Amino acid sequence: MDQFLQHIVNASVLGGTYALLGIGLTLIFGIMNVVNFTHGAIYTFGAYAMYLAAVALGLNFFVALPVAVVAGLIMGAIIEFALLRPLRRSDIDTTMLVMIGTGIILQSGTLWIFGGVAKAVPTPFPTEPLVIGPVSLSYVRLFVFFAALALIVLTYFTINGTKLGRAMRATFQDHDTAALMGVNVSLIYTATFAIGSALAAAAGALLGPVYVVFPQMGDLAAVKAFAIVILGGLGSISGATIGGFILAFAEEIGAGYISSGYRDAMGFLIIIAVLLVKPTGLFARAERIG
Amino acid sequence: MQMTRRTTLAAMAFALMCSTAFAADDTIKIGVNEPLTGAFAASGTYVTNGAKIAADEINAKGGVLGKKIELVIEDNKSNPTEAAAVAEKLITSDKVPVMMGAWGSSLTLATMPKLEEYSVPMLVETSSSGKITTQGNPYVFRIAPPSAVEAEAFGPIAAKLGIKKVDFLVINNDWGRGAAADFSKLLKSKGVEVGLMETMDQSSQDMSAQLAKLKASDADTIMITAAVDQLTLLFKQMAALGLKKRIITTGGSQNPDQIVAQAGATANGTMHLVTFAPWWPEKSPNPQAAEYFINEWKKRGYDFAGTTESFRGYDGIRTIAAAIQAGGATDPASIVKGFWKVDLKGLNGPIKFEKAGPAGKESGQSKPEVYLIEISEGKISPVKL
Repeated sequence: MDQFLQHIVNASVLGGTYALLGIGLTLIFGIMNVVNFTHGAIYTFGAYAMYLAAVALGLNFFVALPVAVVAGLIMGAIIEFALLRPLRRSDIDTTMLVMIGTGIILQSGTLWIFGGVAKAVPTPFPTEPLVIGPVSLSYVRLFVFFAALALIVLTYFTINGTKLGRAMRATFQDHDTAALMGVNVSLIYTATFAIGSALAAAAGALLGPVYVVFPQMGDLAAVKAFAIVILGGLGSISGATIGGFILAFAEEIGAGYISSGYRDAMGFLIIIAVLLVKPTGLFARAERIG
Repeated sequence: MQMTRRTTLAAMAFALMCSTAFAADDTIKIGVNEPLTGAFAASGTYVTNGAKIAADEINAKGGVLGKKIELVIEDNKSNPTEAAAVAEKLITSDKVPVMMGAWGSSLTLATMPKLEEYSVPMLVETSSSGKITTQGNPYVFRIAPPSAVEAEAFGPIAAKLGIKKVDFLVINNDWGRGAAADFSKLLKSKGVEVGLMETMDQSSQDMSAQLAKLKASDADTIMITAAVDQLTLLFKQMAALGLKKRIITTGGSQNPDQIVAQAGATANGTMHLVTFAPWWPEKSPNPQAAEYFINEWKKRGYDFAGTTESFRGYDGIRTIAAAIQAGGATDPASIVKGFWKVDLKGLNGPIKFEKAGPAGKESGQSKPEVYLIEISEGKISPVKL
């Protein structure tokens, strides 16, 4: 029982960051209809931005974090403006290939600049864990969990409660009509890609200090993000949030009670099962985003 | 028309002759097949830098058989498929007569069929899976200790530490599984109880599920086989779970100084089986070479933490050079013969190949020293028994 409680706590903490990754991806797909293959690279970018800000510039941990998120936002805006905007009218294959290429360039660039050896980001949190009964949890993970939750809520509020969010939802439903109603669709696309990228960068910046930072860290993260989005249904924010937690629980319980060697396979078994039963994902593509 | 065609053909043949002639005369190429990116990037980079020191030292002393040696370094991306492709590229395109590689056991095992296919020998500097030298591949010469030898050296230590029950947490590949099998066999023979056998993927970053399970077990010791990057994560995550048991790591790819730097206080109390102790070069079986190597490493501005691994690359290239010298020629067959004649003082003991594996197709295995060290208060010291 003690062990089970620990597994539940571990999975909850992990689920928060998985959800963050999934939301960024699902947002971009839902509104822009772009399969974003740079998502993993932006996640890595966020982690290195955090490393640069916290270690090279020596900024305070809590200052470095928003710096990394803003860096991700800017990076996303640049990619949208420079690459996706000129390709707006091209078919999905062209966009996909350009995105894959951009992902490779970003990853190789990171490798070229920083080398392949992993970097550690120091945190101001104590190494001694927080112990509640049979369950222990490090303070840094607790912080990551609440930071992830805060970002999820913020995203949800932005989509559902602001003028920008209303324009985004309108574009999602019908971008021609939205354009006719005076919505600057190009600006909405840039904003969407920037916000989606900022969320991926935030996930990287939050998890970099928990784990280590290395150029290929985005590979597995991207695969998981895609899995979460498929699980939750393409284009659904609440689906991606719940999908993130389902994946985390599947991995944790699978590793704890079935086989630890196949931890990363557990999630995919669930996805296969979901796709067999409900091919549109657990939460079918919503009429409106949010 | 007939004439032109003939001339072209002749010119082509001449060009071909020239290119092979140049390749043969210029330098002696040695292929280096290491993980420079991916999960084992830190380790592979250290080994490669160690190899460069050896090559420069050998060339400064006039090279081998009157020729300079040239390292052809390729990245196997910590991926067995890539490791085999790298071996093929080095042999067929760069025409290397001998290679060093491929760090990990799974990487090395993946390249071994290529050695047989092209009859080119490879010096194995790091891999410790028993399978490497028992498969009957006569082109494999290993200077790293197989995990059975490591386990044997650990036997008397286990008794003195008073270990009663052991759980294993190993990387889910030939290296980790091999080590767990060899160590549990030995520990069982010493009357130590063996409990859980947990595994983790080489690219896994979050091992809290496995650690929660290990925390709940009644074993007093956890034996871990993983490379340095995963070890630092493990120690941090253990601290987060409040897991406090005796930790002993195997495999010699721990780089204790890097652990101290990256895992900080969470590494205190952990013990590590290493095959080279760069903190006390004077106690090395070859103190003079050990000191030269460590000084050269520092002079080049590399991280001192890497020396527990990079010495393998240094010894590996020196062994290959000795084999070329002893074989008397630069073709693969002569180098294979040369390997059997090598008698070199390595940084961790004499390098001399003994026959291992099925008769008639033996691989070469050299048996180095193994040391147990402990990290306490951020300092590294030999374990006092």
